Amino acid sequence: MDEGWTLAAKADALKLRARMVQAIRRFFVERDFLEVETPCRIPAPAPECHIEPVASGEWFLHPSPELCMKRLLAAGYPKIFQLCRCFRGGERGERHLPEFTLLEWYRSHADYRALMDDCEGLIGQMAGELGFGSSLGPPGRRIRLGPPWERLTVREAFARYAPVPLSEALAADRFDEILALSIEPRLGNETPVFLYDYPAELGSLARVKAGDPSVAERFELYIAGLEVANAFSELTDPREQRRRFEEAIRRRRRQGRPVSPMPESFLEALAGMPPSAGIALGIDRLAMTVSGRERIEDVVAFTPESL
Amino acid sequence: MYTASDLRKGLRIKIENDPYIVTEFNFVKPGKGQALYRCKLKNMINGNQFERTFRSVDVFETADLQEKKMQYLYKEEGKYCFMDNQSYEQVFLTEEQVGEAKHFLLDNIEVEILLFEERPLGISLPNFIDVVVTKADPWAKGDSVSGNTKPVTVQTGYQLQVPPFIEEGEKIRIDTRSGEYLTRVKG
Repeated sequence: MDEGWTLAAKADALKLRARMVQAIRRFFVERDFLEVETPCRIPAPAPECHIEPVASGEWFLHPSPELCMKRLLAAGYPKIFQLCRCFRGGERGERHLPEFTLLEWYRSHADYRALMDDCEGLIGQMAGELGFGSSLGPPGRRIRLGPPWERLTVREAFARYAPVPLSEALAADRFDEILALSIEPRLGNETPVFLYDYPAELGSLARVKAGDPSVAERFELYIAGLEVANAFSELTDPREQRRRFEEAIRRRRRQGRPVSPMPESFLEALAGMPPSAGIALGIDRLAMTVSGRERIEDVVAFTPESL
Repeated sequence: MYTASDLRKGLRIKIENDPYIVTEFNFVKPGKGQALYRCKLKNMINGNQFERTFRSVDVFETADLQEKKMQYLYKEEGKYCFMDNQSYEQVFLTEEQVGEAKHFLLDNIEVEILLFEERPLGISLPNFIDVVVTKADPWAKGDSVSGNTKPVTVQTGYQLQVPPFIEEGEKIRIDTRSGEYLTRVKG
């Protein structure tokens, strides 16, 4: 296909995306968040069962800027945000690019509920500035953006939409499959939805809930069936964090997949990190929901295949 | 051997001893969760289709598919017989397996037969064949408006639209992919 034509056809989406990013920056600057930049090439990403870091020489391209940003929190920066490219091996589909753009922001002395409020404020204000008023999406399928948005626990979502209850899905290792294929398409079609309180074993870098150790204080934000963000009340216990990383490394070894070194300097800093909350939001996916495009390649100028 | 991350549209894999072609493919993954590979698969022997979701730990055998040059011999009781001119081995294809190609099977024409572990699955023709027109209405002189066509029948029994100046007994070239007339062949 003619390249000039392909790129020209994306002009509307690319212009909207640029205005979206500018509105996001304004939102955080107005609220006294400090914009930071951290290295995208790092010696040790957070060990995760299902995220493949991309090697760069002896080091790795970061799959998320989370570790360096939390070191800044530990050093006393209370409110920070970053917009950066991230890299995850093998991820390519209608909603995935192996190189993509994340927005991350962190608040110290706050938990994941404060981030839910931030999401409502950020996306509501941005849509207004872009001229969408207080809703998004095509006529007939408008998604209302006025707060409060729907809040649904993972357990409730399984009870409402899944063919089997949560406990059974976990026991049969079908959690991801059921979430992706049966639940996600039903989420966020009237208002955006916060899917929250994940089973503790899927807590990743989130702390367990005070009063209910079976769940972790983690949420994902869904708009029109699309997972847009993932957030935690951050785990601040370095020993528990090391145990989870070791478990992820063990599982990767068992599956014969490559492992990266333990992120020691992060674990060291974690001991001094105040109670905090942090979130990663996919800019490409947000651009998809704002521009009404179904495929991620429609909101970026270039894909790996076009290079 | 393929792993799930090799899956893509058009890939041919073997499942429970049958060859399948991936007709639709999508990559799905919850951010922190497992990668899922959603496929629509078509059985290359019986044409049955189904959807299945694979995980990164799944592995597949490659479907052992071959193309072999063979010569068309005859049709009998709904079966089409082809012969390998080197080994004199003969294979039979059903009308369904031959598909649209049945319109262009000239006697002794050389074709490619797609084989799965020695079992024939399908046929590919040369892109162009030359055939004799066996039935055509005479050319009404004066009917020279460009774009006009008339129906004719060729030696294989196939009917198609051709320009009005084509007459019975003439040879024409057909594109077997579209089934359309291309040009008149002299001699």
